[in-house]
Amino acid sequence: MIRAPLTKALSLGSSTSPIHKIAAAAFRTTAVTAQIPAKAPEKIEVFVDDIPVHVEPGTTILQAAAVAGVEIPRFCYHERLAVAGNCRMCLVEIEKSPKLAAACAMPVMKGWRIKTNSEKTRQAREGVMEFLLMNHPLDCPICDQGGECDLQDQAMAFGSDRSRFTDINHSGKRAVEDKDIGPLVKTIMTRCIHCTRCIRFASEIAGVDDLGTTGRGNDMQIGTYVEKLFLSEMSGNVIDLCPVGALTNKPFSFAARPWETRKISSIDVLDAVGSNIIVSTRTNEVLRILPRENEEINEEWLADKSRFACDGLKRQRLVAPMVRIKGELTPVEWEGALIEVGQKVRAANGAVAGVAGSLADVESMVALKDLLNRVGSEAVCTEQSFPSEGSGADLRSNYLFNRNIQSLETADVALLIGTNPRYEAPLINTRLRKAYVHNELEVASIGPKIDLSYRHNNLGDDSNLITQICNGTHPFAAKLKEAKNPAIIVGSDLLARPDGAGILANLQNFAKGFKSTSALNVLQRNASQAGALDIGYQAGVEEAIKSKPKVLFLLNADEAKVTRDQLPKDCYIVYVGHHGDEGAQIADAVLPGVAYTEKTATYVNTEGRAQQTLAAVSPPGLARDDWKIFRAISEIVGAPLPYDSLEEIRDRLDDIAPHLIRHGHLEANSFQTVAPQLSAAPSISSGKVSVQQLSLKDYFMTDPISRASPTMAKCIQAAKKEGEKKAASASC
Amino acid sequence: MLRHQICRIQNLGALTTLQNGKAVSTRAYSGSALPPGTPPPQTRTTFGGLADQDRVFTNLYGRHDWRLKGALQRGDWYKTKEIITKGPEWIINEIKTSGLRGRGGAGFPSGLKWSFMNKPADGRPKYLVVNADEGEPGTCKDREIMRHDPHKLVEGCLIAGSAMGARSAYIYIRGEFYNEASNMQMAIAEAYQAGLLGKNACGSGYDFDIFVHRGAGAYICGEETALIESIEGKQGKPRLKPPFPADAGLFGCPTTVANVETVAVAPTICRRGGNWFASFGRTRNSGTKLFNISGHVNNPCTVEEEMSIPLKELIERHAGGVTGGWDNLLGVIPGGSSTPVIPKHVCDDVIMDFDGLVAAQTSLGTAAIIVMDKSADIIKAIARLSAFYKHESCGQCTPCREGIGWMNKIMQRFVTGNAQPNEIDMILEISKQIEGHTICALGDGAAWPVQGLIRHFRPEIEARMKKYAQQAV
Repeated sequence: MIRAPLTKALSLGSSTSPIHKIAAAAFRTTAVTAQIPAKAPEKIEVFVDDIPVHVEPGTTILQAAAVAGVEIPRFCYHERLAVAGNCRMCLVEIEKSPKLAAACAMPVMKGWRIKTNSEKTRQAREGVMEFLLMNHPLDCPICDQGGECDLQDQAMAFGSDRSRFTDINHSGKRAVEDKDIGPLVKTIMTRCIHCTRCIRFASEIAGVDDLGTTGRGNDMQIGTYVEKLFLSEMSGNVIDLCPVGALTNKPFSFAARPWETRKISSIDVLDAVGSNIIVSTRTNEVLRILPRENEEINEEWLADKSRFACDGLKRQRLVAPMVRIKGELTPVEWEGALIEVGQKVRAANGAVAGVAGSLADVESMVALKDLLNRVGSEAVCTEQSFPSEGSGADLRSNYLFNRNIQSLETADVALLIGTNPRYEAPLINTRLRKAYVHNELEVASIGPKIDLSYRHNNLGDDSNLITQICNGTHPFAAKLKEAKNPAIIVGSDLLARPDGAGILANLQNFAKGFKSTSALNVLQRNASQAGALDIGYQAGVEEAIKSKPKVLFLLNADEAKVTRDQLPKDCYIVYVGHHGDEGAQIADAVLPGVAYTEKTATYVNTEGRAQQTLAAVSPPGLARDDWKIFRAISEIVGAPLPYDSLEEIRDRLDDIAPHLIRHGHLEANSFQTVAPQLSAAPSISSGKVSVQQLSLKDYFMTDPISRASPTMAKCIQAAKKEGEKKAASASC
Repeated sequence: MLRHQICRIQNLGALTTLQNGKAVSTRAYSGSALPPGTPPPQTRTTFGGLADQDRVFTNLYGRHDWRLKGALQRGDWYKTKEIITKGPEWIINEIKTSGLRGRGGAGFPSGLKWSFMNKPADGRPKYLVVNADEGEPGTCKDREIMRHDPHKLVEGCLIAGSAMGARSAYIYIRGEFYNEASNMQMAIAEAYQAGLLGKNACGSGYDFDIFVHRGAGAYICGEETALIESIEGKQGKPRLKPPFPADAGLFGCPTTVANVETVAVAPTICRRGGNWFASFGRTRNSGTKLFNISGHVNNPCTVEEEMSIPLKELIERHAGGVTGGWDNLLGVIPGGSSTPVIPKHVCDDVIMDFDGLVAAQTSLGTAAIIVMDKSADIIKAIARLSAFYKHESCGQCTPCREGIGWMNKIMQRFVTGNAQPNEIDMILEISKQIEGHTICALGDGAAWPVQGLIRHFRPEIEARMKKYAQQAV
């Protein structure tokens, strides 16, 4: 499969050329070892260490061995990357075959007897192991990979217990200069075993052809050739892929050993994808975040912001309740702060409003809503807008990514409107890229010209294009209609425009005629948005401002959508959140909540899938779970909320919407077809379609956590510098 | 010397009958009951002394005009149209009958290889790639063809290409061959102008193009899949097989990679008949072959000879003998740098063909004979080859990248004797650890010379170590 991108590149010039298409198809079937057989062919029987297994034709030895439960050691092979077959660790003996075969690349034939533990196989492994260790430095004690190093593990399992390296007395080992490829990935290139996983990841998954090999033989080096930064929103994944300590986590370097850390399964909330993560902690400190495999969401990748912004969790934190005294926010005891807030709420006499921001979890949003409802207010809304005309947020299918993330792989035509998935949801973009590489996905976009890491047709940034598409006058409309698996992806920011309802209604009417019912997808940017709309929050802060509140609760609302001058003079603002960001600045009372690594809480991702974070560390200072803060206020207000524990509030979630407690489960949407009938009079105003995150430097800081992260600041600096360098060389 | 004279085509009669549409049976040698493509039984027992009229490459030494005019005089492009119109099956059967085996080193039967291309069409174009990246140290046969007889290769491309149904041929010429590439390009241009190539090539109705691609001087680009990568504009690193080039080769399309000599002899075989070609050399090793004799001989040369000629006869007849006489011979590397060296006592009666050299635990390779007399330091010579392979390893796969470097380090110490006797067994084991464990055959090619040295010259290595140890004391 390693050559597939080339085939793609070749067919770029004339993507319609049948020859290239066929050539590409041939590549895939032969080199990908025919993952999707044309006609379900008969299974063939092979024997792995005398264990009979039935596999589909085209299965590799390695896969067949996995079916038989036999593990074959490997370094370069990775199931999500093209087969390179260059480490030679997976050589196995096949009976009656004179040569050993690379198990990762060799398709099995009927009746083969594969011996993964024969004398010949073991000798070959030992030999390869010896060769790999020959030029590998013996710096395991100071290597950050120690404890999770494939080379270390496999040297123990398959290596020899004697050394024959008499030659190091004469000429030493190879040494390679380290490369500076950015603020996230640290390189110690002497440790590299040239498996080329990082190269393949960069060119196949990330779509950035920055890494490659230079030199040959023993002088071969992995690098960027000319010194430049490996700037991709997915760059951190090469750290996980590297089987040795050549590419390691720069912010995490020399911080801890993997066996000293506690690992807690959680989910990421810095975008709306809901990537599954593992939070590594030690001494009540989040040290690093790793991806956790979830085939339906993030496969096994993680975007850089989600991985590296965790150092923002230690900075700018609100650690004590504060109340504004003489114009200054002053730390006070919880009791004093709660009584002050409670009295204000009581005095407001129902003129209370709440705004939930991008990091708010479902439990605390429910608690806030219940509290406000109890004091006689309905004004709870989200910072992010969404059209309320027509069926608005009443139908889930209106605001969700209806076609689930995984099924994007099968899409054949996609239209992106007012969104840049590469930075708004990097892991959705990798799925699109996957479909582009493996499924000939044709992508068009309406909006500014952006680099999506795959070739796409930018139709322009005029809003009228949406109208043209919807009434079928644009040539691309026909392609969508004829497509087997079309996908329209609309950015949530586009729908936040005044004419958002018109855009949505038009698109819904247009999508009616598609062959697939879940073609229309809204790409949310905030982890909280889908959950908030699910539990009945109104989208957009207008409602809260209109209600002229005397008390306004800001729950993690840090986008500065509500400002002092929009509110009545005497409005008392209470900020509940974990970072001293925009929201806390305008607040009269600050009640410290907890961040996503410190609480067990529910979030709904853009697909509508509820997942929960697990508390990995305890909150700093006096910070408390957000929903417990509202529970405490309700007590003082005199309208106590009927839940005292997480289980009880989860019962409340179950009452509101049962899907919220079915973690990981994706509820199917059934009202896509109804939505157009309820939609408001569609009209799209003219103007430009814009997106907020145009280039990499716009990606790193989008929420209070990443804004507080020094690593993210370094990334922005690096991205800017690289951008300037590129601009300078372009002007030369 | 007579061998340089232009010889006439003998088998015109056969071709005439073929033109009339008759089958192969009018041939002198062919049996009656054998299926087409079966080589005739061999009746001779001694080989060598190829007659001038049986030479394929009649301008090997550049004494005549290499351009189209001269080529036509030598009989190239004669009735090419008729050969093409005979059809792929006829050509491939003729090649099969001739028993031609690939001249690039591995010796795979060419007729069989070409027939792999004739599978049902799936819409992809097919390509013939000619490997003119003659990088094997000691080998200099393809350059003689390209600079002195380029039309043989051009015509060969057309005939081989039409036999495979290829739409075009790529000739990958190594970067150092500047003049050879110029001559090739010139010959191709002449052929286009004369209507021998391009649309309706030779008036046969077959469309065929030839492109010349120049390499950048990497030995590994002589490996067929690395060569394909290089043509595609990528780093010359061998691909994993399967898929073989016949399934997915150049630009993902079915491709056959063939050596210059293999392709260049094809027209002559078709004109004079497979049986004619098969009459030279032993069964399964038939034909004529270009031998390059270099090193400690009185008259180093490239010469076309019959296969299965005894090595001694070859050296003495054409290269003027070993310097200082046959008894001064130390050893011979019989097939280019990657084949194991054989000592004098083996050289005395070894036969120069595929099977004969395999029996002597070496290989015919490209038939580049490197002769070393007793003045040669055999350890240093093999150590130099190790250094060459270390330098030329592409670095893609582990055993070759790491192992050859290690082997080279030890070999360099063997030259001075700064090593322990047990390291001889160790280096042998390392070479076995490389051999057969790599993606391409470069690892094997690096391991074999060392294995050959240890097989035949172990006492020399040990003596040197002893001497070094004594000097150190």
